[in-house]
Amino acid sequence: MSGYTFLYAMLAAIAVAYAIRVAGVLGNARLIASAPISGILGILIILAYVLVAIFADVIAPFGEREVIEGAQPFEPWGDVYWLGTDGLGRDMASRLIYATRNTVGIAFLTTALAFVAGAVPGLIAAVTGGWIDNLFSRTVDVLMAIPPLIFALLFLTILDKSLINLVIVIAIIEATRVYRLARAVAGGVVVMDYIEAARLRGEGLPRLIGVEILPNCLAPLLAEFGLRFCFVILLISALSFLGLGIQPPTADWGAMVRDTATLITFGDVTPLLPAAAIALLTVAVNFVVDWALSRTSGLKD
Amino acid sequence: MATSLDKKGQAEPPLLSIRNLTIRGDTDDGPITIVDGVSIHVHRGEVLGLIGESGAGKSTLGLAALGYFRAGCRPDGGQILFDGTDLLGLSDAKRSALRGARLAYVAQSAAASFNPAHRLTAQVTEVERVVLGKSNGDAGERAVEMYGRLQLPDPAHIGARFPHQVSGGQLQRAMTAMAMAPSPDLIVFDEPTTALDVTTQIDVLAAMRRATRELGAAAIYITHDLAVVAQMADRIHVLRYGKTVEEAPTAQMLSSPQADYTKTLWAVRQHQRPVQAAPNAAAPPAAALEGVTAAYGNNTVLHDVSIQLHRGQTVAVVGESGSGKSTAARVFTGLLPPVGGRVTLGGQGVAPRFTDRPRDQLRTLQMVYQSADTALNPRLSVREIVGRPAAFYGGLSGAALEKRVRGLLEMIELDPDIFIDRRPPALSGGQKQRIGLARAIAAEPVVLICDEVTSALDQIVADEILKLIDRLQHELDLAVMFITHDLATVRAVADHVVVMQHGRVVEQGAKGAVLTPPHEPYTETLLASVPEMDPEWLTRVLAERQA
Repeated sequence: MSGYTFLYAMLAAIAVAYAIRVAGVLGNARLIASAPISGILGILIILAYVLVAIFADVIAPFGEREVIEGAQPFEPWGDVYWLGTDGLGRDMASRLIYATRNTVGIAFLTTALAFVAGAVPGLIAAVTGGWIDNLFSRTVDVLMAIPPLIFALLFLTILDKSLINLVIVIAIIEATRVYRLARAVAGGVVVMDYIEAARLRGEGLPRLIGVEILPNCLAPLLAEFGLRFCFVILLISALSFLGLGIQPPTADWGAMVRDTATLITFGDVTPLLPAAAIALLTVAVNFVVDWALSRTSGLKD
Repeated sequence: MATSLDKKGQAEPPLLSIRNLTIRGDTDDGPITIVDGVSIHVHRGEVLGLIGESGAGKSTLGLAALGYFRAGCRPDGGQILFDGTDLLGLSDAKRSALRGARLAYVAQSAAASFNPAHRLTAQVTEVERVVLGKSNGDAGERAVEMYGRLQLPDPAHIGARFPHQVSGGQLQRAMTAMAMAPSPDLIVFDEPTTALDVTTQIDVLAAMRRATRELGAAAIYITHDLAVVAQMADRIHVLRYGKTVEEAPTAQMLSSPQADYTKTLWAVRQHQRPVQAAPNAAAPPAAALEGVTAAYGNNTVLHDVSIQLHRGQTVAVVGESGSGKSTAARVFTGLLPPVGGRVTLGGQGVAPRFTDRPRDQLRTLQMVYQSADTALNPRLSVREIVGRPAAFYGGLSGAALEKRVRGLLEMIELDPDIFIDRRPPALSGGQKQRIGLARAIAAEPVVLICDEVTSALDQIVADEILKLIDRLQHELDLAVMFITHDLATVRAVADHVVVMQHGRVVEQGAKGAVLTPPHEPYTETLLASVPEMDPEWLTRVLAERQA
């Protein structure tokens, strides 16, 4: 497997994206026909990541933590070990594939948690105002005043470095940003007359938030979800690089960069592959986010 | 065709001659025709009035006269001859050079058109400085001169203010000054007084008319208000669905319109509510404010206001913006608890704040809002919007709820099969307002508060909504409070009139008593400010003021 394989794969993906677009135009599927190529491409790439994560056991030639007998540390790229081996003689390609499952899965879980923990108080604060809003907002201000990486380092050093703690700490950090956005967007919605009409009708908080406000805030929140997801991956990877993230021997993109970092000095690109995996996913997610944003800010419903 | 006789009988080519112009727009559902083969001609020193409902293509045509097309619009055949040159054939750069200097535009909302971060003069002189290369001093002097012509107070210093430091009417005049400062040959006015109160509108109209005449410019005046166009225009051109309906000199158009559509436009303001029997004085009012004083913070906005709403009666509350009429509605509904006085429903005092009122009292009082766009949740279907109050108060569900919603839609004259699953973005302005009414009626209220419900609608649509409210009131025996700044609407719907100014009730009584002389001075001003369909009206009112 060489660099060209990747190039061919990307060209093929772009070709497929065009084919889907053409099929959409011919089949008169408006959503696809009006989608930008970058948006379709982004969805294809994300889909590929999801498939790799789900079928990691099938695709990977070796086990996630398997120290292969007979393999030297830092084997070069070849037919058996596609991307060589790491310092312990584990297959890089296999670990990269399993790391997709770990990193993306944990990042998704963390982001989802951050959204529940951030959006719900944000919407409540926007609707009720008063001391509840003050309490929530000032708490968030305090949390946001601490630099996120320091915050994570601090808590992960105090608490034990379990996966659950990692997820919770990162979710709290990201939830503060989600809270700000949710409150701001909902603030624009609560001044609408239909909210006043619902309040005057005597509707309770759940109905106000769930039916009247949330559907009108969904577009920016979904777009933010995509961005937050990328930030979470980067934060997890950064923490893993520092040794505080996902703990070995579990495969993780950030930790993999650290483990093989020395190879860089020998002109080997292997340590950059996990970084490239992160970068590609980030770009793909942003393609989809841009598409979603242009759809909601445009003239369409 | 290219030439016509001007007033002196000499052949002079029109300054602007749009010939057989078609403009198409691109939408999701394919191209649509916005302007369809329209021809208009404007001579120097002449004002052409362009009228029609919203969506008739007036603004698109007005902008086309400047050689400008909004994004998504493109010309498709025809010519726009300005002083002998076809604007469509010019390069963008040459067209831009004409705009501002020789072609000018006055938009509907001055508040939205001025940059709030810069002082007035900096914006008024921009064209002269940037396009014509005048020095700051020269352009500033010209601006002061224009402020004077438009009768702005303190012309020498008003330009140093920021847009939020002047009133809406003054800002609209400042925008006119901006358009006129470079002495353009053609000015397009696009509904410049729609956002103003009637009393302010007079001053702005008078200033614009005078300045246009003094400059000797040609003008196109776009509006949907017939009485206004009668004051401003020499000729009137009626548009509908992007096509020309008819064109004639103003006096002739007003006295003998030819097309059926024009006749209906003229007839709209004829709706008159029959005189109702006076309410039973012994029965307690359905809802009332008793000596209410209300304030936002330290700013008292209502002073000792008493209003009674009786079943079967429509009370019109009139006044300019800021007079406290909408605040009175907020006190009724409990959104703004009063500082003094009380709110009663059926003769009983109720909690000042709506959160403290039981559900049945909330049901009794329902609101219909001015802007149907913000009054309906765009994410909900008509079924959910109209059905919710019925389910919430009436406990209806399943088939019974469905039947009720369909019944309500029939009541407001919308076909349930077509509309029940639509969402607000797929409805027209008039249809949205009907849904807003249906939602209020669904609660089976006793009191209906209508806050400027027709002011965002075209006259024909507004007239239909007024008739609908009238009919619903009869059928359901409602007490209606109708808030408006439009005295024509008051004449059409009211039994009882409350005139408000600066948060006080200036005068109230039966419609006949309030609208026939003698009036309170403020009522007199309001009544005298309503434009009439007589082309001489503005001249007459101005003359009366001088006297």
